[in-house]
Amino acid sequence: MIELRDIVKKYSLGGEEIRALDRVSLSIEEGEYLSIIGPSGSGKSTLMNIIGLLDLPDSGSYLLDGREVTHYSQRQLARLRSEHIGFIFQGFNLLSRLSALENVELPLIYQKVGPAERRRRAEAALEQVGLGGRLRHKPSELSGGQQQRVAIARALAARPQLILADEPTGNLDSHTGQDLMALFRQLNDSGKTILIITHDAGVAAQARRSLRIVDGRISSEGGAV
Amino acid sequence: MQSFSMALKSIAGNRMRSFLTMLGIIIGVLAIVVLVAIAQGSSDYVTGSIESLGTNMFSVMVRPRRENPLTLSKLDDLAAEPSIARVAPTLSSSGTLKAGLTQYEDGSLLATTPAYPEIRGWTLRSGRFLTQPDIDNRSFVAVLGQEAATELFGTLNAIGQSFSYQGYSFTVVGVLDEIGTSLLGSGDNVVVIPFTLGERILKSPGISNFYVSAQDPDHVTEAEQSIKDFLDRQFSGGAAGDSSAYNVYNQASVLDTLQQATGTLTMMLAGIAAIALLVGGIGIMNIMLVSVSERTREIGIRKAIGATRGRILSQFLIEALVLSVIGGLIGLLLSAVILYVLEPLLSISLSVSPQVALIAVGFSVFIGVVFGLYPASKASKLRPIEALRHE
Repeated sequence: MIELRDIVKKYSLGGEEIRALDRVSLSIEEGEYLSIIGPSGSGKSTLMNIIGLLDLPDSGSYLLDGREVTHYSQRQLARLRSEHIGFIFQGFNLLSRLSALENVELPLIYQKVGPAERRRRAEAALEQVGLGGRLRHKPSELSGGQQQRVAIARALAARPQLILADEPTGNLDSHTGQDLMALFRQLNDSGKTILIITHDAGVAAQARRSLRIVDGRISSEGGAV
Repeated sequence: MQSFSMALKSIAGNRMRSFLTMLGIIIGVLAIVVLVAIAQGSSDYVTGSIESLGTNMFSVMVRPRRENPLTLSKLDDLAAEPSIARVAPTLSSSGTLKAGLTQYEDGSLLATTPAYPEIRGWTLRSGRFLTQPDIDNRSFVAVLGQEAATELFGTLNAIGQSFSYQGYSFTVVGVLDEIGTSLLGSGDNVVVIPFTLGERILKSPGISNFYVSAQDPDHVTEAEQSIKDFLDRQFSGGAAGDSSAYNVYNQASVLDTLQQATGTLTMMLAGIAAIALLVGGIGIMNIMLVSVSERTREIGIRKAIGATRGRILSQFLIEALVLSVIGGLIGLLLSAVILYVLEPLLSISLSVSPQVALIAVGFSVFIGVVFGLYPASKASKLRPIEALRHE
């Protein structure tokens, strides 16, 4: 589904050029549950931004469903993001002024889904993550775990091909984190493709396949757990 | 439509910021509507008070170089012209009036004929006005203005009382209704005596001033022509010519001049108000810019979950638009309230003119859009990762 070949991304930091990603190649298949583990500064966030189409590589090729996307415009990328990728961030990134339901509806608005259908799908997604009774709550009225579930529901509602989670448990206590990981596993069981990026080996180990990134390079590939 | 409801949610979600944004527009619209209404109101007041003097009235001043050919009977000839209603000569002076021990120094002596009150629209409170026999006989009678009557005789009925002026004794035959102070100044201090008597007492024979009223306001132009023809005949034996010997003033021309003056005033006030609105617009831009940087993260999130540039742009634009429309309407409402309160205080009639309201709100919307555009376009250009990294 996703095929990265020789991806290079450079940053200049104080006149010095840093290769955040140095010829990274990887592929993600439909229905996979993959984790990428790496310490901070390893380039894993850069990798996530590129896989998530938030940023474009300096060189290399990115095939999404066989389409080369590295030359797409910002506008086309926005559409691809909206249709193919569901983001889950460490900091949840919910809009604080909107209710849980409205937050989940947001990507559907950008997909131009009609109001009735939008509501139905958003409710279903919140139901799926166990927040069926919290539709009207604002993020500030929810616990961290619940907020992250809203973020997952938001990603699910858009029916993306890939759910991309960046340190999803980073801001949660270990117990809540475990619940969340169970939810990811459950989602994967129901056929969702999931990529988790983390520095936490415990989290990474729960994926079916795990990659390690160090100094901008994929260094080892773990097997299924 | 979606962008619209999103903009509404965003406005409602941050009331303080929305209020501050609107405040600029509210003040701008308020300034325009209230200032223009005041300018318009005072202009209407001036116009109205001139019109109340009668726009079909002329005042003629004569400056003969040799002998003055005008006589009362010649003025009667002029009065016989079809376009002309009434003609009355006037002669004025001032001086001290005495009634018993009371002295009245502010009196304004006016010698004229019975036609005069009709030209000026004066009415009597009691007694009678001058009559033709008074003129023919040079009777020592007088008609007093309100103030003159009260100053001389207090609460006493002035009719039948007498007062003296320069040693001559006059009998009061009538008292006028209140005239009020008009732009021509002639108010309630007037003391009206027969014209012929005035000529003699004031040692000023001949007619150098007279008032003419046209048949009706529609015949003012004809009346003016008749007056000029008449004067030309008098001053140059039939040939048109010596127009420097007289001046004809029409209230309408005074009105024009004053309306130009108040028009300038209105424009000036509107200019000041436009500046206020502009400042309000800059306020909008300022708040929108702040709100862009404040909401960078939100923009990042929206972009990450699929918002295109156009979506972000239209959301911010609609926010600016809705804010400025609401601000404009609130400003309009407040202006109506302020004008309603001011009206009795300024004792001029104040109203929100629909045109001004339309322009003010239209302008505020325009400014909202123009000043909303820059921050909106700035917001829409943010790259999602940079926006997301923003804390």
